[in-house]
Amino acid sequence: MSLLQLTGVKASYGPVEALHGIDLHVDEGEVTVVLGANGAGKTTTIRSICQMVTTKGVIEFNGVSLEGKSTTDIARMGVAHVPQGRGTFADLSVEENLEVGAFRRKERNLRADYDFWYEIFPRLGERRAQLAGSLSGGEQQMLAVARAMMSKPTLLLLDEPSLGLAPIIVQDLFHRLQTIKKEQGVTMLVVEQNATLAFAIADRAYVLEAGEIALSGTSDELKNDDAVRRAYLGY
Amino acid sequence: MTLLEQARPADVQSDGFVERFRSRAADIGNRGLILTGALVVILSVIFIAMDGAKLFWIRFLDALANGFIYGAVALALVLIYKATGIINFAQGSMAMFFTFVAWVLAREQGWPVWLSIIVAMVLAAAFGAAFERIFVRPFDPSNHLPITMVTIALLSILDGLAFMIWAADPKGFPSPFPSKLSNYVMIFGAKVFYATVGIWITVIVMTVVISLLLSKTKIGLAFRSVSSNLESSRLVGINVGRTLQFGWALAAAIGTLAGSLVLSDTKSLLDPSFMAKILVFSFAAATIGGLDSLVGAVVGGILVGQLQTMVGGYITFIGSDLVLAVTLSVVIIVLLVRPNGLFGKVRVERV
Repeated sequence: MSLLQLTGVKASYGPVEALHGIDLHVDEGEVTVVLGANGAGKTTTIRSICQMVTTKGVIEFNGVSLEGKSTTDIARMGVAHVPQGRGTFADLSVEENLEVGAFRRKERNLRADYDFWYEIFPRLGERRAQLAGSLSGGEQQMLAVARAMMSKPTLLLLDEPSLGLAPIIVQDLFHRLQTIKKEQGVTMLVVEQNATLAFAIADRAYVLEAGEIALSGTSDELKNDDAVRRAYLGY
Repeated sequence: MTLLEQARPADVQSDGFVERFRSRAADIGNRGLILTGALVVILSVIFIAMDGAKLFWIRFLDALANGFIYGAVALALVLIYKATGIINFAQGSMAMFFTFVAWVLAREQGWPVWLSIIVAMVLAAAFGAAFERIFVRPFDPSNHLPITMVTIALLSILDGLAFMIWAADPKGFPSPFPSKLSNYVMIFGAKVFYATVGIWITVIVMTVVISLLLSKTKIGLAFRSVSSNLESSRLVGINVGRTLQFGWALAAAIGTLAGSLVLSDTKSLLDPSFMAKILVFSFAAATIGGLDSLVGAVVGGILVGQLQTMVGGYITFIGSDLVLAVTLSVVIIVLLVRPNGLFGKVRVERV
C-alpha cells in the first residue's frame, strides 16, 4: 500500500476547477516528483493534500482518509509542507523557526536536532539568532526545509523549492535534499518546474498538464520520453 | 545527474539590492526616531525654562502613572492587532465591565482588593476566551471588517449592560495601594504617592510577565508564530483558533488590571464610561508605537501620558478640554514623519 494515495481528486477555487480528477500515489521511502508548467495545477495538488483548497475524491494518507480534516490535524499526522514562497516565520529567529517546526513533537530538548540541521545547512547555524525575515531567499528556503524536517515527518511536501532562486543556489539546495533523502529516508513529494533537477532526485514522476495527469512513470522512463524531453528538458 | 554532480555546496550570496533597500528604509525610520527625540528634548527645555525644573519634574512623575496605564491598555490592543489584524474597539468596555466585577467583589462582597482584582482578571480572561470562540472564530480571519464590527457591537452591549446593572452614578473604588495622604515618598524633591509608585511597579511587572510568557513558553511561541504567519502556523500543526483565544484572554485580563489601576488613584471614580477617554489615549499610544510592537505600545503610552500632562499644564490656553485634540494631532504628525509608528516594522517583502 502506498503512503499517500490520491484517487480521482478534483480541486477548485470557488467556481473554478483547477484539478480535474487526478490519480497519484507516493510510496514509502520514495521521492516522487510532479512536473508541470505554470498553471498546470502543481501547487493545487500539494495544497489539496493539506486540505487548503476544496477537494473532491479520495485522499488517503497511511490508509486514513484526509477528507474533512483540518490543515493542523494533517500536519499533526506527520505531513510536513514547505509552501510556495517558503512560509518562514519572518518575525522569529532562525532557531525559533526550527523550534516551531518541532511544535507537534513532545520532547522539548531539541539541541541535538538544531545542531544536526546546522551541520547540513551551515548558513543557518551562522545566523541562528537572526530574524528569518532578514535571510536571503536561498537561506529562507533552506530554513523552510529544515523547519519542516524538525517535525520528523513521515511525508515531506515541497512546493517548487527552486522558485525565485539563482541556479547555483537551486543546485546546492537539491544537492542537500538528496543528502536528506539518503540519510533520513524521508518520503518526499516534490512539485517542480525545473525538470533536470527534479529527475535527478526523483524515483518516480508525474507530468501534470492543465489539471490532469498527462504522463507517469519512473524517473528514467520519463527522462527519456521524447515529449517530456522536448517540453521540459529542452533538448 | 550531471548538473547535480557539478554543483558544489556553494555559499549563498545574500542579494545586495534588498539589503541596501532595507538599510535605506531603516535610515528613514531612524531619522523619524531622531526627529521625535529631538522634539521631546526641545519641548522639555522650553517647559523647564518657563516654570523651572522642579515643576517639570513633578509633572513628569505625575504623567508617568497615566502613561503606564495607557501603555498597558495599548499593549492589550497591540496583542490582538498583531495576531489578528483587528483593532479591538471593545477593549475599553471589557476593562470597564470587569473592573465593575472587581468592585462588586471588593465592595459588596467584602473581599480583599487584590483578590477581587485577580478574580476579576480571571473572569475577564474566561470571557475573552469565550468571546473569541463564539463570535470571532466563525468568521474568516483574513476578513477584518466583520470582526471589527463584532467588537463594536460588544462595546455597546457591555456599556449598555453596565448602565443597566450599576447605573451612571460614580462609585469609589477601593485602592489596592496604601492611599492615605501621608503615604508618599520624595523623589528628588517631588512628592510621589505610594499609589503612583504602585501603578509603575504593577505595570512594569505585568509587562515583564507578558514578555516572558511570549518568549519562554510554548503557547507564547505559538502566539508569535500565528502573529507572524497564519498559514505556516497551520502547516506546522499549531491550533490557530486556540492560540488566538489565548491572546483574547490575555488582552481581557490586562485590560481589567489597567482599569483597576486607573481607579487606584482615589481621585478617579468608577462609572460605566470611565475607560472611554483612556481607550482613546491608548489608541493614540498604540498607533505612535507602531501597532505591531509591544515595546512600542509601552513607549507610546509613556509619550502620550507626558504629552497630555505637559500640553495641558504648560500651554494654558489649551486647557484640559483641548488636550485630547492636541494629543491626537501630535499622533498624526508622528505618523506623517513615520507612517509605521515609532517602533512599527517597515515591511519589505521578498517575493
